[in-house]
Amino acid sequence: MPVGLHLMRPALEGLKSAVEGGLPGVTLQLEGSVLMVEAKDVPRVCRFLKDTPAYEMDYLANLTAIDYPPDTLEVVYHLCSMRQKHGPVALRVKLPRANPVIASVTPIWRGAEFQEREVYDLFGVIFEGHPDLRRILMWEGFKGHPMRKDYVPEDQDAPDERA
Amino acid sequence: MTEPLLDTQLLEVNLGPQHPSTHGVFRMQALLDGETIVKLKPVMGYLHRNHEQLGEGMTYIASFPFTDRLDYFCAMTNNLGLALAIEQLAGGIEVPERAQYIRVIMSELTRLVNHTAVIGFLLNDMGAFGTPLLYAFREREKILDLFEMASGSRMMCNYIRPGGVREDVPEGFLERASRIVAEYPRFLDEFEALLTQNEIIRQRAQHVGVLSKELAINASITGPMLRASGVDYDIRKVDGYGIYPRFAFRIPLGTVGDVYDRYYVRILEMRESVAILQQALKEIPPGPSISPKGLQLVKSPRTFRPPKGAEAYGRIESPKGELGFFLASDGSPQPYRYHVRAPSFINLTVLEDLCLGHKVADVIIILGSIDIVMGEVDR
Repeated sequence: MPVGLHLMRPALEGLKSAVEGGLPGVTLQLEGSVLMVEAKDVPRVCRFLKDTPAYEMDYLANLTAIDYPPDTLEVVYHLCSMRQKHGPVALRVKLPRANPVIASVTPIWRGAEFQEREVYDLFGVIFEGHPDLRRILMWEGFKGHPMRKDYVPEDQDAPDERA
Repeated sequence: MTEPLLDTQLLEVNLGPQHPSTHGVFRMQALLDGETIVKLKPVMGYLHRNHEQLGEGMTYIASFPFTDRLDYFCAMTNNLGLALAIEQLAGGIEVPERAQYIRVIMSELTRLVNHTAVIGFLLNDMGAFGTPLLYAFREREKILDLFEMASGSRMMCNYIRPGGVREDVPEGFLERASRIVAEYPRFLDEFEALLTQNEIIRQRAQHVGVLSKELAINASITGPMLRASGVDYDIRKVDGYGIYPRFAFRIPLGTVGDVYDRYYVRILEMRESVAILQQALKEIPPGPSISPKGLQLVKSPRTFRPPKGAEAYGRIESPKGELGFFLASDGSPQPYRYHVRAPSFINLTVLEDLCLGHKVADVIIILGSIDIVMGEVDR
């Protein structure tokens, strides 16, 4: 297996059919080396990957988002197994950019707690069920989400209105 | 039990952001019952400069000097993480043998620098002001001189590149490195003689801030902190990136997962790093230090346009844990998305869990044992 790469396509196809077989009503799309999951299925798919002994994805390595204006925003998950030492597998979820709401995976992996707060802060994704969804890097009362592609940074030389 | 004479109430205390023991501008809001922590919320972002947005506004190569400033103790490993992600995004860039060895040497020297410094700071936090830290810094300085020799800068090295390293190490570097590495175990013995069986350190550190195996895995903890809790997970072994599979080294594990284990795992890791360095310095072959494809990429960065939709997640075992770089391309010379998975940011997730029920003074050493650098936490 190439070093540090995502799982190769045959392994991912096996993973896809196992998830679809184990969870009736769930369909995944394989795009390149990424598994696309529908937003409503995320908690079920994540639980399944974590609890199925063959995969045992007990470790959420990375959680972030990508902004694709004008319509979509994607949340990206990289999952690994610490016990079985495989991964990372990349999952992606498309969300409507105007109203990006998704179930939090913090109840499944505590490691998502700060990462979801960061995505909320910088991209404005609402994680439902997160125990403490507040801004984490920007200050309280900050307006906007700076990692969105249409964010306009304030003029550095302009007088600070907060002062 | 008699009724207390006075009503007591919980006290809210702010630790930081300018407290000398908070390792940079980091703040903790603590709720205290007497001296005992009842609640603790970390507050961060004081050094936030949106590193990721800066990275999306420039070519892939131009981000390298900025990665130096993430975890400013470990510039070399930060460079390596980004280089691996770019190599992966390009569909594989060949790295010459000599460059592979130089990368391993620089990474392990960085691990020595980081672990030495963090133990020095931890002792500072325990109240041993100055002395252990200066012992640590004396050794660290020797390695920083090596970095300066190779890259021109002690800390902001900006040295490792996709496809190799910026330039070959200068004459005399390998001999000097061999000498420093050969002397290192003696320093570790001296350090350990002072610390490992020290009664005060054991009293302060043992059974303080215990992190269970289950929580460590569930909370995405990585690095020495994870291994101190007894989980055998080191990306140098798991992914075997670069040429790490060639070297014989062991992964030290803790049993309890307390502050003491986090201290001792780092000591043992340094001994393993010394073993890797000795092998690498002996075996390093002559040859080019960067491959033609890597050189072309570095010389004309705007010609590097990964196909639209390509993405990569490159990760390494940095001294603090899993350092990951996520890159997504839209076919332009600049990354469409550039994300840093910062180990010390995510390792802070469990700070409150570790501190609950302990005294205020313990919070400081628990924070010290996590090993954070705010440049990386806040990005």
